[in-house]
Amino acid sequence: MKITRSEVEHVARLARLELTDSELDTFTGQMDGILAYVEKLNALDTEGIVPTSHAVPMENAFRPDQPAESIGVEAALANAPLRAESFFRVPKVIE
Amino acid sequence: MEIYDLTIHELHEKLKAKEVSSVEATRAMLERIEAVDGQVNAYITVTPEQALVEAEAADKRIAAGDVAPLTGIPVGLKDIFITKGIRTTCGSRILENFVPPYDGTAVAKLKEQGAVIVGKLNQDEFAMGSSNESSYFGPVKNPWNLECTPGGSSGGSAAAIAARTATATLGTDTGGSIRQPASHCSCVGLKPTYGRVSRYGVIAYASSLDQVGPLTRDVTDAALLLGAVAGYDPKDSTSVNTPVPDYVAGLQAGVKGLKIGLPKQYFIEGLDPDVKRAMDEAIALYKSLGAELREVSLPHTEYAVATYYLIATAEASSNLARYDGVRFGHRAEDVRGLKEMFAKTRAEGFGSEVKRRIMLGTYALSSGYYDAYYVKAQKVRTLIMQDFLNAFNEVDVLLTPIAPTPPFKIGEKLADPLQMYLSDIFTIPVNLAGTCGISIPAGFSADGLPIGLQLIGKPFGEAAILSTAYAFEKETQWHLKKAPL
Repeated sequence: MKITRSEVEHVARLARLELTDSELDTFTGQMDGILAYVEKLNALDTEGIVPTSHAVPMENAFRPDQPAESIGVEAALANAPLRAESFFRVPKVIE
Repeated sequence: MEIYDLTIHELHEKLKAKEVSSVEATRAMLERIEAVDGQVNAYITVTPEQALVEAEAADKRIAAGDVAPLTGIPVGLKDIFITKGIRTTCGSRILENFVPPYDGTAVAKLKEQGAVIVGKLNQDEFAMGSSNESSYFGPVKNPWNLECTPGGSSGGSAAAIAARTATATLGTDTGGSIRQPASHCSCVGLKPTYGRVSRYGVIAYASSLDQVGPLTRDVTDAALLLGAVAGYDPKDSTSVNTPVPDYVAGLQAGVKGLKIGLPKQYFIEGLDPDVKRAMDEAIALYKSLGAELREVSLPHTEYAVATYYLIATAEASSNLARYDGVRFGHRAEDVRGLKEMFAKTRAEGFGSEVKRRIMLGTYALSSGYYDAYYVKAQKVRTLIMQDFLNAFNEVDVLLTPIAPTPPFKIGEKLADPLQMYLSDIFTIPVNLAGTCGISIPAGFSADGLPIGLQLIGKPFGEAAILSTAYAFEKETQWHLKKAPL
């Protein structure tokens, strides 16, 4: 076994995903199969190989720090599930 | 020949000669959508009112003699492209009612030319899939055989070309999501080099792999549409500031003396016999046109799928963290506290393929596994890129199949995600290497299902793969065959 059901539950908590019992069962089996498959990468010796995070060689992309027009409060809030005045409204954070 | 059958360049000539107006062309397209899209399900949202307003504006431009190549042309957009005032779902319940406040750069460029947007196209949820079956809005049917998938994730963008419900479309390609559906629907689909087209306003899946590209009826249209959207954009710091050539002007370059490489790892046992036959015919044709064909080796090909499904899912798990129910999108009701709101919102909003990939990616990035999975995959990615650089020291272009088989049946691979992932073996390496590839129609199986041919170019070598594709298209004419719809 590459991954156990309780590890899958832990990963779901990290990912902020509420999974049902049957999803946990299915994902445990499927992730186990996929992780067994990706094991094949260990057949390759990658000692000293530089990891690639980005296909095009690139330095930091700086731009002048100039103020420009922004999207505006109303447009930014237009898709909010809940709002109050000019804020996004969420359930109480501190118990 | 109906108006909706025309290519961009054919319709452009008719618009310029005032044989047809953009309003007429747009009406014809909207009627065609009305007539056949119920069978295909290529569209998530059709925008008839806005399209007709844009068509009237295009006709005014044309009357004033101001005609760009896309002025007045009815186009469709994968629903991953942010469109101001037009609902943008990315194929997900979590964005079912999301109406963006701005246009992305590729869309803005099409609008500047006066293109007419007729609607937003179906796709796998968050572009995660190879069959368009993970869409919250139902699967897309392949116009060549309604029991088959059109491929994915830009399944709607490819099916709309085959069904003649858009003159051209834009898609995105992270592991083959333009090229594979183009192959399965017998249209042309091009994935440009990473950085060639701005990703600003494109909903992110795997940011180091995602790229925007055209799906069209022929190679000339792909050259036109790529030219329209390519170029540096200050709003995407990963877009590359290198000049955009005139891709249409370069199409006639021919293939005499061109060195075409055949990667031996792509012509393997288990390749479908119809696909094998189509590849053999293509190779023979290029030889007869004076190209020089030789075998090359991409030795790390067999590691590409494993590498991709670690890197792409890791990036996805990070990118999709933004869907939390706070600022936009679906929010779960009747929750106690913020954490429960996040977890329930995401449980309700995401489908199973998206959840599976978020889970895999979160695992690959989690403490204790980061080096073993994520960094290991990034190192193998370096080896895969090196394979391509080595091959391009010997040849100009690579020729390969797009998919190991013709289009498969809806439902056939749903129960086994790994089998679905393995069907992307010939397209994924191009994304990992960050270079460009094009799929062009190369024939049909014994059952009449489309088969595509892939040409892979050097980084920023789009002109070379387009002219190589054009030489093939001129001789074969596969692209003229129409789906029975």
